Amino acid sequence: MISLAGRDILHAWSRFVLTGMGLGLLIGVTLSMAGIYRGMVDDAGALLDNSGADLWVVQKDTQGPYAESSSLRDDVVHSVRGMPGVARAANVTYFTMQVARGALDVRAMVVGFEPGLPGAPGALVAGRRITRSHYEAVADVKTGFAVGDTLRIRRHDYTVVGLTRRTVSSGGDPMVFIPLKDAQEAQFLKDNDAIVNERARSAANPAFNRPGIPGLLDAITDSQSSNHNVNAVLVQIAPGLDAEAVAEPIRRWKHLTVFTRAQMEEILVAKLIATSARQIGMFLVILAVVSAAIVAFIIYTMTLGKIREIAVLKLIGTRNRTIAGMILQQALGLGLIGFMVGKTAATLWAPIFPKYVLLLPGDALRGFVVVMAICALASLMAIRAALKVDPAAAIGG
Amino acid sequence: MTHPTHGIRIEGLRKRYGEGDTAVDALKDVNMQVAPGEVVGLIGPSGSGKSTLLKCLGAVIEPTAGRMILGEQTIYDNGWTLPDLRALRRDRIGFVFQAPYLIPFLNVTDNVALLPMLAGQKNAVARARARELLAALDVAHRAEAQPSELSGGEQQRVAIARALANQPPVILADEPTAPLDSERALAVMRILNQMAAQYRTAIIVVTHDEKIIPTFRRIYHIRDGKTHEEAGEGRAIDLAPAHA
Repeated sequence: MISLAGRDILHAWSRFVLTGMGLGLLIGVTLSMAGIYRGMVDDAGALLDNSGADLWVVQKDTQGPYAESSSLRDDVVHSVRGMPGVARAANVTYFTMQVARGALDVRAMVVGFEPGLPGAPGALVAGRRITRSHYEAVADVKTGFAVGDTLRIRRHDYTVVGLTRRTVSSGGDPMVFIPLKDAQEAQFLKDNDAIVNERARSAANPAFNRPGIPGLLDAITDSQSSNHNVNAVLVQIAPGLDAEAVAEPIRRWKHLTVFTRAQMEEILVAKLIATSARQIGMFLVILAVVSAAIVAFIIYTMTLGKIREIAVLKLIGTRNRTIAGMILQQALGLGLIGFMVGKTAATLWAPIFPKYVLLLPGDALRGFVVVMAICALASLMAIRAALKVDPAAAIGG
Repeated sequence: MTHPTHGIRIEGLRKRYGEGDTAVDALKDVNMQVAPGEVVGLIGPSGSGKSTLLKCLGAVIEPTAGRMILGEQTIYDNGWTLPDLRALRRDRIGFVFQAPYLIPFLNVTDNVALLPMLAGQKNAVARARARELLAALDVAHRAEAQPSELSGGEQQRVAIARALANQPPVILADEPTAPLDSERALAVMRILNQMAAQYRTAIIVVTHDEKIIPTFRRIYHIRDGKTHEEAGEGRAIDLAPAHA
């Protein structure tokens, strides 16, 4: 038996392919939306991977340093290093800002780190590591900086000495790594005018400026112009130990909150990007409904255009299942063309997106199954219309 | 293939639409007999019941009462005797319509071969049968063409080939010459007569086309749901191959 659907498609292939391409662009958008979600999850994973930490020690009762703000004194790291099972620990600061790049600026997460310890940038794709104590930076290539460029953070200029790749915040912003001391100053210190004003206020405050207590005002002024806070302490545990077993004593004895890798993933994926995921999920549902409506409309219209032929086919003895099969195969054919166009389009335009779009083969496979299922469902209306055609319609009168 | 030895016989066929006060008797007492190889005309004014009769004969609608014998088998005796009317239409009744109604996405050969394929024949066998019929109807040279590439006359000949594809005992032709001019209409009638003779098929031509009425040897008039037989002029038709 010849394939009626195949012959019909070949007969009007240009219309069919053009329709499939239109549908394909819609499928491409759907796959890209899924890719954006996967990219967000992957960004979260990359953020944790790049930190090199097994445990995140943060301010008590906060979910920092990525989902909430967290502030610790920078000497906490010394007591953490003394806890059993801790191999290495390092202070780290994170803050997101617009980093000046010439006349423009780029949104980036600035990371203050201690060289050679957890939190430092991983493998470089260009340049070298930071070797000076101040005013050198390593930037992710997505910032657009090149080795030798100068970037401005708050009051200071930094020279980009190295480049990394795939070092991003949970929001997908590329990272700029600078020395911890510089980062502490940039994050917590006020500008010169604010410091002068603050000093004047302190001097005018009789509680601080007491003639009977020499040195009090100077001590207060010093504390206002120096900073010893960090956002978190990143901990690497000794090989073979259970992360939770190392974390628990720190929580208990240091009165700090400690997250393991699994807990931090939970915070990032289930909480930090949960709203975005639901947003994307809503888009996916809407796109699926729109795709189904379009396929249903196209197949239904194509079927209505063949009512007389269907009546003739039924009159000359074609089985209902043959006619239904023809319509179903056409719907699936449309879905197949649409999926191929959509997958190709999504693959081509994914690198153009400003944030990371991760197209997983598994998602593509699931997308293919969903597209085919939608096309099969969408063909039901047309099949119903075709089966209702009276073979007597082929006979005049 | 063996040729059918019986055509079609209809006895006391009735068809009523609706019930009670609104009931309409479209067919009241239809009696017809068409022998194998014979072409008869079925003529009547609009609303006389021609289409209803054609649909009853084509097993598309069910008569209310009567008897129909197709070939050697009673297919209707106050009720269908066969469970599968679709197979009956496919294997034992050929249809030719006012317009050719060829399947636009199948080429000429496959339009004809489709019926044997639907009946379960292998593609190669069905196509061989189609080519044989196309040759008999003098359109073998258009075997690979699409229907849209054919002239109106060629399309009608392909439609006739399709009707003959499963070698049915009867072909029902619904106004097959209506859109054609005199020359082409007569050419179609010539072909129908040729095919009826060659394949021993009974052909009922529903028409009110004055051009072809003189070609029938026997005519059934249908009026108010009843048939009346009369002899036609039976003007001799040249059975030599003709080009529609």
